[in-house]
Amino acid sequence: MTAGGWIILIMSVGTVTALFSWCIYKVFTTPGETEHMHGFEIETPDEKKEHEHD
Amino acid sequence: MVMQTETWNSRIGVILAVSGSAVGLGNFLRFPGQAAQYGGGAFMIAYFISFLIIGLPICWAEWTMGRYGGRRGFNSCAGIFNCIACRPYAKYLGIIGFVIPVVIYMYYVYIEAWCLGYAVNFASGRMAFENPQDAGDFFGKFIGIGKDGSALGFAVDQVGIYLLLVFVLNFILIYRGLSKGIEWFCKYAMPTLVVLAVVILVRVLTLGAPVPENPGNNVGNGLGFMWNPSKIVLEEKIIGTDGSQSWLKVTELVGDKQISGKQAEIAGVPDLRLKKITIWKQLGNPQLWLAAAGQIFFSLSVGFGIILTYASYISKNDDIVLSGLAATSANEFCEVALGGLITIPAAFAFLGVAGVAGQSTFGLGFNVLPLVFTKMPAGEFFGALFFFLLFLAAVTSSLSMLQPGIAFLEESLGINRRQSVAILGFMTVFGCLFVVYFSQNQKAMDTLDFWCGTFLIFVLATVQIIIFGWVLGIEEGFDEAHKGAAIRIPSIYRPIMKYVCPVFLLTIFVLWVLVNVFGFNFETGQSTVSYYIADLMGDNGEETGKVAWMSVALIISVGVFVGLIISGVQRYKDYAQNPQ
Repeated sequence: MTAGGWIILIMSVGTVTALFSWCIYKVFTTPGETEHMHGFEIETPDEKKEHEHD
Repeated sequence: MVMQTETWNSRIGVILAVSGSAVGLGNFLRFPGQAAQYGGGAFMIAYFISFLIIGLPICWAEWTMGRYGGRRGFNSCAGIFNCIACRPYAKYLGIIGFVIPVVIYMYYVYIEAWCLGYAVNFASGRMAFENPQDAGDFFGKFIGIGKDGSALGFAVDQVGIYLLLVFVLNFILIYRGLSKGIEWFCKYAMPTLVVLAVVILVRVLTLGAPVPENPGNNVGNGLGFMWNPSKIVLEEKIIGTDGSQSWLKVTELVGDKQISGKQAEIAGVPDLRLKKITIWKQLGNPQLWLAAAGQIFFSLSVGFGIILTYASYISKNDDIVLSGLAATSANEFCEVALGGLITIPAAFAFLGVAGVAGQSTFGLGFNVLPLVFTKMPAGEFFGALFFFLLFLAAVTSSLSMLQPGIAFLEESLGINRRQSVAILGFMTVFGCLFVVYFSQNQKAMDTLDFWCGTFLIFVLATVQIIIFGWVLGIEEGFDEAHKGAAIRIPSIYRPIMKYVCPVFLLTIFVLWVLVNVFGFNFETGQSTVSYYIADLMGDNGEETGKVAWMSVALIISVGVFVGLIISGVQRYKDYAQNPQ
């Protein structure tokens, strides 16, 4: 592999890895980001509807 | 205020579901093939520019419009366009947002079955190939490429049983709903997929030069073949019947030893020469830009209408900017950092340039790589692992293709999930059987992929960005996107999303039509009717013409079916007259 190839490889892989890592870090450290938006749903949508009708 | 009937369970779950939708076979097979074919480093420059100018903007536009529609009780592309534009025509544009994912599902689930079948066959030790012919024969028999109807077998080395399994798996998960089905599966599948890819990556990067007789075929040169920005090619002089001279590319050379050896070999031979193709020369090729932009589309799943539907289930003050960027970056990581370092270097290390150059996505994935794994130490294990990885990537994508259809049927017909799953199941079983039956040269799949999986995606992506930038409006669009946002979209994206992205998209679309419909070649300047058009005109043979027409008729039938339903939906009419 040429020097140019190494530069492109390192820049490309480095950029996407850094961006991905930053996003994961941000998602887990931003308040509220990892909170459950809703309670865990143990029923399928149809089962929920049926229970609502009952 | 309209209440949401279904929602995601957690933000990380939404991110994993959207990234699962984007990460698919394209990341591990199509991307490396395209990058290597179009000059590695040069391709990456065009790829990242396309990512910034069209990938990210359309992605954010889809997330924003999706949540906007979801807050008003609309989850389908037709409903969302209708509630943004409030014009009668808008809901009909949403037909494309149903047709694309549903029709692609009809053949994607078939490819998903190939992946599962290959994983099982590797794990059970049935994949012992001596040469490319063996691998090609197995693949041909497995998918019934020789004769229509021959793929419908249920033996271990035929696709039928795997197709049945993946079809049932997809519909069980989709029936269980967003959080209990899609989100639950992606939560386990996505991390597993990354771990498997890292294990295979370590194996590939430690291969060295696995064939002692060919020390030039090694991982380092494989990486060079994929990533070097300049290429050295061997060219042969061709003299035409009119006496004109031209140089034809024979092969690409990689590695100092191979280049210097060839240089010495052809010294004094006037009809052969080595030529360096610089990065600038490659960037001047419009086909490279077309390939890079196309890869961004397919890779990020933008223009499919899937993100619109997924984002419509997010609550009104939940972040979408960071979630969109996180899902996109996860896809890019899988594609560039994992897919870009696994497939081509592994194939090159065993087979050299001749075994890798010019391979199609499926050629690389189902002919070349199986042969590579059979030659690799512990190849059965790594082959099974790799195809299981592809299978997981494919399931997370195919699930996402069903949800827009389910959302539309529930919304427009007022039916419950069980009924919508049944209707969609019937439609996709019919379409899938059509694809599997007409398996000779994969004609049906190829035609559906061209018109629906490529042409219509360009159309929907263009429609989406125009609706976002010019109908919803950039200012309102940005205000909507920033509600509850953890990060802000950089201001530079206002002009990009309003002007640059639509112009870039339209330019790419015109180029695509020139190349793929009118058969224009930018290198030679010549134009011939493209293969797919010739197919419809019957120029490629009566049989292929018939299958091509039936495939186009299938797409149109689905579109007409959806159009008829849309025309009768009172909710859409009421909302357009009295928007909230």
